[in-house]
Amino acid sequence: MRDAVTLRGASLAFSTPQGRLEVVREVDLSVGVGEFLCIVGPTGCGKSTLLNLVAGLLIPSVGSVLIDETPVSGIHPAVGYLFQADALLPWRDALGNVAAGLVFRGMPRKEAEAEALVWLQRVGLAGAARRFPHQLSGGMKKRVALAQVLAVNPRILLMDEPFSALDVQTRAQMENELLRLWAQDRKSVIFITHDLEEAIALGDRVVVMSAGPASRPIGSHVIDLPRPREVEEIRMTPRFLELQRQIWEQLRHEVHAGQARTSAWTE
Amino acid sequence: MSTGTGRLWPWQLALLGALLFGWHELTASEILPSFFFGRPLLVWAVLRQWFTSGLIYPHLGVTLLETLLAFACGTLLGILAGMWLGLSPRVAALLEPYIKAVNAMPRVVLAPIFAMWFGLGVGSKVALGITLVFFGVFFNVLQGIREVSPVVLANARLLGASSAQLLRHVYWPAATSWVFSSLHTSVGMAFVGAVVGEYLGSARGVGYLILQAEGVFDINAVIAGIVVLTVCALLLDALVTRVERRLLVWRPAPASAAHADSR
Repeated sequence: MRDAVTLRGASLAFSTPQGRLEVVREVDLSVGVGEFLCIVGPTGCGKSTLLNLVAGLLIPSVGSVLIDETPVSGIHPAVGYLFQADALLPWRDALGNVAAGLVFRGMPRKEAEAEALVWLQRVGLAGAARRFPHQLSGGMKKRVALAQVLAVNPRILLMDEPFSALDVQTRAQMENELLRLWAQDRKSVIFITHDLEEAIALGDRVVVMSAGPASRPIGSHVIDLPRPREVEEIRMTPRFLELQRQIWEQLRHEVHAGQARTSAWTE
Repeated sequence: MSTGTGRLWPWQLALLGALLFGWHELTASEILPSFFFGRPLLVWAVLRQWFTSGLIYPHLGVTLLETLLAFACGTLLGILAGMWLGLSPRVAALLEPYIKAVNAMPRVVLAPIFAMWFGLGVGSKVALGITLVFFGVFFNVLQGIREVSPVVLANARLLGASSAQLLRHVYWPAATSWVFSSLHTSVGMAFVGAVVGEYLGSARGVGYLILQAEGVFDINAVIAGIVVLTVCALLLDALVTRVERRLLVWRPAPASAAHADSR
């Protein structure tokens, strides 16, 4: 399988008043073309940092990040990023937000809005095209954000705990919707989450990160569950539970290590 | 809010009537000397004479023109300067003490300088108004630029926005939204600049009318001028509220308004 994204010995360190803080250390990781990769790890293990490295928002202190075998030196046009926090332009309505990326990339406004409307329909929000972000619920905002990032048709999609702020039902709904949209053209996906169940339900592969600082991948598990999947149902299959037990064995250790470290800081 | 004012406005009107009546009675009986306190009926007569003879219109026109020009120029300069300094932190750091100093200075004292530079016409009043409007807008825009959410910014960049597009689609709306939140103050400041400028030396304007009346101890005309200015300020304020509602549809209603609506 060809690689869409490769990290080779990538480390990132910040200098802080307390000294040098290494967030991730010597990360080797690759994502195949069309692969749905989920990364799990304890809180504060530098999962988001990893994503920002791939997005070109951060540059590794050591090592390199490659997209299509070419080193990344800044924001790459083939990369789409769905943020954990609210990232919509508050002064634009849903349609304007979805059209924004297309307009930025040089499409005439009329055309961009027509295309944006199609995307709003795909995420089931055509009726809310003229509403502003503050008039939308959390789930609706996430749908608009998803349509916004998919509208520019990125080949690589980065997702940073995108559904963590949603309630359980909305979340399952969004996960199914994501799988349905992903199945249409199989983009390469890196999906960050702290929720192991979510990672197994969505991914082709789950990578476990060690507790930070200086965190790195410590395990890679292929998820051989059949597709298409319904997230609520697949959770109850024996194979799912088996995988969950197997990965949790590894993750548990890191979560405890992470907790010990956090409580040591707070004391 | 509408139900609240609906019940209140007859009382507010009655209060105004009572105040006017009290003023009338006290000055008619000369308990308050009418030379110093004027008389409501005479003020009314001056107002009627001003409006029926048409004497007031050119003066009012000049004052409003000065207000408008000062508001427009001051706002534009404030936005440009605010965006520039907001986007260049080093320049902002360099200029900070000077900006603080100029802002702390009571800028009305600049009026004589402006009168010397720009004469007694519209120019000197506009200049004074600009110095008053500029800083409010400038500080708001600076704050607006500095508080643009980094996530929104990163998202726009990842969607493919160039620096020019970031300026136009992210920084500009963020900055202008803060301008609109200070619109009431800005218009009020521009008005103050115009009237104070006129009052300190001019050949036209409502401030000039007041100055003239004061020169001949015509207290009723002074009060009439104040009434005209107050009504104008209220009208301008109402206009600003309408513009604001139209331009800021994307913003959630402020908590206080929502609270008042639910009453």
